[in-house]
Amino acid sequence: MSNISRRAMLGATGGLIAGGLLKTQADALTAGGEAAPPQAAQADPTKMLGAPTSELGQRAPGEQPRRGMGTPAPTSSSRTPLEQLRGIITPSDLHFERHHAGVPAIDPDRYELLIHGMVDRPMTFTLDDLKRFPAESRICFVECSGNGGAAYNRNAARDRAPGQIDGLFSTSEWCGVALSTLLREVGINRDATWLLAEGGDAALMSRSIPVEKALDDAMIAYGQNGEAIRPEQGFPARLLLPGWEGNAQVKWIRRLEASDRPSMTREETSKYTDPLADGTARQFSFVIDAKSTITFPAFPFVLPEQGWWEIRGVAWSGRGRITRVEVTTNGGRTWEPAQLQEPVLSKCATRFRHIWNWDGGEALLMSRAIDETGYVQPDLETLMAARGVGTSYHYNNIRPWKVEADGRIFFAQGDGA
Amino acid sequence: MSRFGLRLAPKNATLRRFAFVGLLAVTTLVSYGCAPDTPNGESRTVLSGTTEWPASFAIGRDATPAEIAVLDIDFGPDGAGAPPGSGSVAEGRLVYNVKCVSCHGITGREGPNDQLVGRDPRDGFPFGETRGIRRTVGNYWPYATTLFDYVKRAMPMTFPGSLTADEIYAVAAYILFLNEIIPEDAVMNAETLPAVVMPARDRFVPDNRVGGPEVR
Repeated sequence: MSNISRRAMLGATGGLIAGGLLKTQADALTAGGEAAPPQAAQADPTKMLGAPTSELGQRAPGEQPRRGMGTPAPTSSSRTPLEQLRGIITPSDLHFERHHAGVPAIDPDRYELLIHGMVDRPMTFTLDDLKRFPAESRICFVECSGNGGAAYNRNAARDRAPGQIDGLFSTSEWCGVALSTLLREVGINRDATWLLAEGGDAALMSRSIPVEKALDDAMIAYGQNGEAIRPEQGFPARLLLPGWEGNAQVKWIRRLEASDRPSMTREETSKYTDPLADGTARQFSFVIDAKSTITFPAFPFVLPEQGWWEIRGVAWSGRGRITRVEVTTNGGRTWEPAQLQEPVLSKCATRFRHIWNWDGGEALLMSRAIDETGYVQPDLETLMAARGVGTSYHYNNIRPWKVEADGRIFFAQGDGA
Repeated sequence: MSRFGLRLAPKNATLRRFAFVGLLAVTTLVSYGCAPDTPNGESRTVLSGTTEWPASFAIGRDATPAEIAVLDIDFGPDGAGAPPGSGSVAEGRLVYNVKCVSCHGITGREGPNDQLVGRDPRDGFPFGETRGIRRTVGNYWPYATTLFDYVKRAMPMTFPGSLTADEIYAVAAYILFLNEIIPEDAVMNAETLPAVVMPARDRFVPDNRVGGPEVR
């Protein structure tokens, strides 16, 4: 018997069964710890008994967002479907993925974090140890520094959705122990300036992190959105560096070595460096500059009719709070301030919205974010002039969206916007 | 035993200041008889608690030198911590052709994974001003020690951590030879590998972005 017909039978017979018996039957349906299957829509839900309780909630049948995998499916990254999200929190199972040697399966009972090097007392902490320290939580974004590479292109493809372009960006409530608390416990030496952070994955992913950041707002996080961190995000524990590029926030962290110099790992030399037009390459470019993108209306959405629509999007800065987002519907001839949706948190996704009366003609929609340092999200040509067309990483230029007269919307970076 | 402690940690110094403000807030609220069930009350509870933090929580255990030695595999450009062992270009060719060639190609240029070999363009460092130039060990990597560090960590992709120190020195030697950085009779070890001067060594600069109105 299929799940749907089983549900239908329960609903149809429920009215004839005494409450106690019904409860027993309902409990039996979810015995064994299985999640209740999604319930098919009923013709008239007010005339049929609803579904019983379940151990694990499910999304509505028609609400089944998925991470973007690309074609052909890559093995080392997947993207958050930004255009399908509400609010600032990314559901944990839709948090983007980026890993360099797959997702490790780490036994939490055998997990240990070693902190050594220029410390008074090299120490090892189990997961239970980490959880026992004074805890903290904060809501902040994590963004891959390579996010949005498709937008750093004068000939960018038009048929791209916001998540396909900028989906290596997600926001969670992270819980854990402040890294400063652990460094205090081991007695980090005052002349230690760098920490080598090393993951326990098959790449032993490693980055050198300034101690200044570690003592500022870094966290060893073990919680994400109310539960344990997902394996793809670093279970059982990861380094969290609010506002900094994702790669530096080493997942599955197993070791921190205090030192007075960076280790010059592959991920801070060969990769994650930004070549510039002047013949140099910027190194340790950790901070995510202010950025925004419209997530609605955007490809593949088609505006069905003219009239009032709300332009919505998300803005963020690794340097603090978003103080202002401006929106244009006429390709930049005029900019208007968008409404910022509370909460507006430091180093966090910030939602913005702007009502717009579409007259049925062509329009060019753009947003630009301004953060508390006064930084204004640049357009593509400004960013290219500052860095060069061949640079890589940190592509925070303005994203333009072209509305055609028939209501179709396309990513318009390649339109010369 | 010099500990960083509360006194030197910027975050904790900040917390201490907040804790002081928090105590003032407690005094004020108590005098007005307000219940501390607001978000402010929540912060106040946490922050005032830090003033009572012990010198040590005595959570966790001391790591032994043997335990540290197992995990402490990194070594940086100065070569400190480089393991004993050595490998020649000829030995590296054998290792490469068995362990590396399927992903990086017969000459290190063919892929399908990262292109390892290539010095073009010989002059300049035009990666920022020109799109599409492949970044190789020869034209982009600033330090030869990174080759050893990365191969030891992550290569070969399907059997990471399986190469001996001799094999890693050897394959590093071979890749450096293919990039025309060291001669064919060179041997790489804890002394010679850090001494290799990479062509792109002086191209890397610190991040100069600081926020504010200027786009960099």
